[in-house]
Amino acid sequence: MDMSQTDAPIEPVDAAHESAVSTRNISKNYGEVEALRDLSLEFPRGQLTSLLGPSGCGKTTLLKIIAGLLEPTSGEVEVNGKTVTGPGPDRAFVFQDFALLPWASVIRNVAFGLEMRGVPKAEREDRAAHYIKEVGLGGFENAYPHELSGGMRQRVGLARALSVDSQVLLMDEPFSAVDEQTRRKFQEDLLNLVRNENKTFIFVTHSIEEAVYVSDQIAILLPRPSRVSEIIRPTGFRHKDADNIRRDPEYLDIVDQIWASLRTYVE
Amino acid sequence: MTLFGYRLPGMSSLILWGLLWEIVGQTGLTFFVPPLSEVIATLVEVIQTAAFQKALYETAYAFIAGVFFAIVIGIPVGILMGRTRLLDELLLPWVNVFLSAPLTALVPVLMVLFGFGMKAIIITTTLFAIWIIILNARAGVKQINRSLVEMAHSFGASPWDAFTKIYFWAALPEILGGVRIGIIRAVKGVIIGQLLISIVGFGALFELYSANFLMGHFWAVLIVLFALAFTISEFLAYLERRVSYYADKR
Amino acid sequence: MVSRSLLLKILSALILFGAWEIAGRIPVSLAFPTFLESMSALFRMMGDGTLWVAYAETLQPLVVGVAISAFLGIGIGLWVGLSKTFDWLFSPIFIVMQAAPLAALIPLLVLAYGIGLTSKVLVVCIMAMPVIVLNTSSAVRNTPNSMKEMARSYLASDLDVILKVIIPAASPVIFAGLRLGVSAGFIGAILAELKITPTGVGDIITFSRSIADYPSMYAAIFSIILLAVLFLNLLEAIESTLFKGNQRGYVSD
Repeated sequence: MDMSQTDAPIEPVDAAHESAVSTRNISKNYGEVEALRDLSLEFPRGQLTSLLGPSGCGKTTLLKIIAGLLEPTSGEVEVNGKTVTGPGPDRAFVFQDFALLPWASVIRNVAFGLEMRGVPKAEREDRAAHYIKEVGLGGFENAYPHELSGGMRQRVGLARALSVDSQVLLMDEPFSAVDEQTRRKFQEDLLNLVRNENKTFIFVTHSIEEAVYVSDQIAILLPRPSRVSEIIRPTGFRHKDADNIRRDPEYLDIVDQIWASLRTYVE
Repeated sequence: MTLFGYRLPGMSSLILWGLLWEIVGQTGLTFFVPPLSEVIATLVEVIQTAAFQKALYETAYAFIAGVFFAIVIGIPVGILMGRTRLLDELLLPWVNVFLSAPLTALVPVLMVLFGFGMKAIIITTTLFAIWIIILNARAGVKQINRSLVEMAHSFGASPWDAFTKIYFWAALPEILGGVRIGIIRAVKGVIIGQLLISIVGFGALFELYSANFLMGHFWAVLIVLFALAFTISEFLAYLERRVSYYADKR
Repeated sequence: MVSRSLLLKILSALILFGAWEIAGRIPVSLAFPTFLESMSALFRMMGDGTLWVAYAETLQPLVVGVAISAFLGIGIGLWVGLSKTFDWLFSPIFIVMQAAPLAALIPLLVLAYGIGLTSKVLVVCIMAMPVIVLNTSSAVRNTPNSMKEMARSYLASDLDVILKVIIPAASPVIFAGLRLGVSAGFIGAILAELKITPTGVGDIITFSRSIADYPSMYAAIFSIILLAVLFLNLLEAIESTLFKGNQRGYVSD
């Protein structure tokens, strides 16, 4: 069993240019409450890193700081070597509650990011239509969000994030609001996406199985104040196909190991 | 809003507006707006006059009587509508009509039917308040969780027990919400009634003041009225919050 | 079973108008005409044109007042909803106005602006505006945060966020506020005609009362209530087709 790297302490992964995103000594206070303290993490290019932890551990806060939606109290975020000062074209966000515009059709929702970037209407609708097909929603271009199921709505959110062709995809518990079967399908699709698109994924989840299943690297965050307790890199089963991962002994071991270290933090 | 790091309380801007009023009044820009200080001095005078106290008494009487009838009739009708489908279907269209209808138009009818007096004003007040009370009591009963009703039956509650121990309490947040809005409407109703039947209460007082161009008196009475109405509405909102803590948790 | 609710509506109308007819025939009061008498008075006034002339006059302050209230009210509401400073400055005024019996201002308005159209328009405005402002500002404030964050994360400018997210998200509640404003405006318009000077429908009501022509008086009142209710129902129907599905599409359902 290859667990050699799972106990590695917090350290930069290989050389610096390998990191697409790095956070340096991020702290975030809300008045008296310390949400994040001195948090440093590297996110390797072309890979999927999960932020995993119990609720209230600040994983969404960290993701929104990386997105530029929140400002850290101290510390800084670098994306491709440039310091983040706000939202930028190099990052795209997938929201937990989808954040679709209910008055806009699927194609307008998907094209929203392109619209904000000033892409002409005809071109952005072409590109949006392409990604709508890509996520398997072909034929629903003119449907409205309330006519879609939860899973389909999140596919719209995913198509919107893909259509702007950002290097970094930030996903905030994207599958938590869809049913179990749909979630499994999403997880499989996500694996293919990581494999085929040369993008960096940062993925917030509270599901241990989900994190182990989809991640190249898992950062476990512990609460009050949030800090990275360990980084796990499941490597042994990454080459296996989607169906066999859940039966792999390493997969099961890592799930158990993470549960063992998190269970004390569950009330 | 925060100023120099200090959070200003919600209604504090009214002080600023009061100041503006004083300045506009002092410049003598318009005869209709005397300085606030003068109005307040008049206010102290006015509330001691017999005419004002009589008007206040008459208004309070009409208001309380009107609200009383609206509540006593409205809540049971609403609960019955919530529980009986046929009654609901027969009455609901009319409740909705009267909820949005300009009831002011009915005041002349009340005047010819019930005379130019208290009775017509009380009925006007009731008419302004009752429809929303009915509608909310109905909505409150309609939303009662089915399993709560089944729980009561499974523990052998009699219909009366179920009514007093389950329905009323489960619908209470909505009922109180309706009563609050109803009372705010009643305040407007009682004043509209008095304005149109202008021989009693503040309606008569306003006639007197405007006939004699007593601007200070006019504003003083307006301040008293608005402050009273606002206090009533805030107090009811406070009561509602106290009771509806369990509204989200049913 | 489509017809059950329609059937019951007709039945319920029959019961009410039947009760009116019977009460008028007893009669419960000399000033209480029967339903049929009132309706024939209504058709007579419609036939000889009295009613149309009256409504042309009554609707003037209503339309002008509601238009001004909508324009100013939505403007102020957006401003108050977007800026904390203006929220602090203006919200208390409209909250007090909403709770207060503003009708009491009418005698003062008459002293200041006379008994003409200006006063009547102002009466409609003070009745209609607070609810429009308060609805607009609370709708703006309650725009789902994740929608605003979404827009910002996809590089929307502040103006984009306002025009493409906040205003569309708020428009159902703003429209509902307009509907409530129109409803209050009707109250104001009738109040103005009954209190300030009898014109239009208010004149028919006042005049026929003074000559004890009760069927005409009841007919006029019936017609204005009918008009208000029909118009408000029309607005409600427009509202629900215009914003169909707008309230849905969130994760919670």
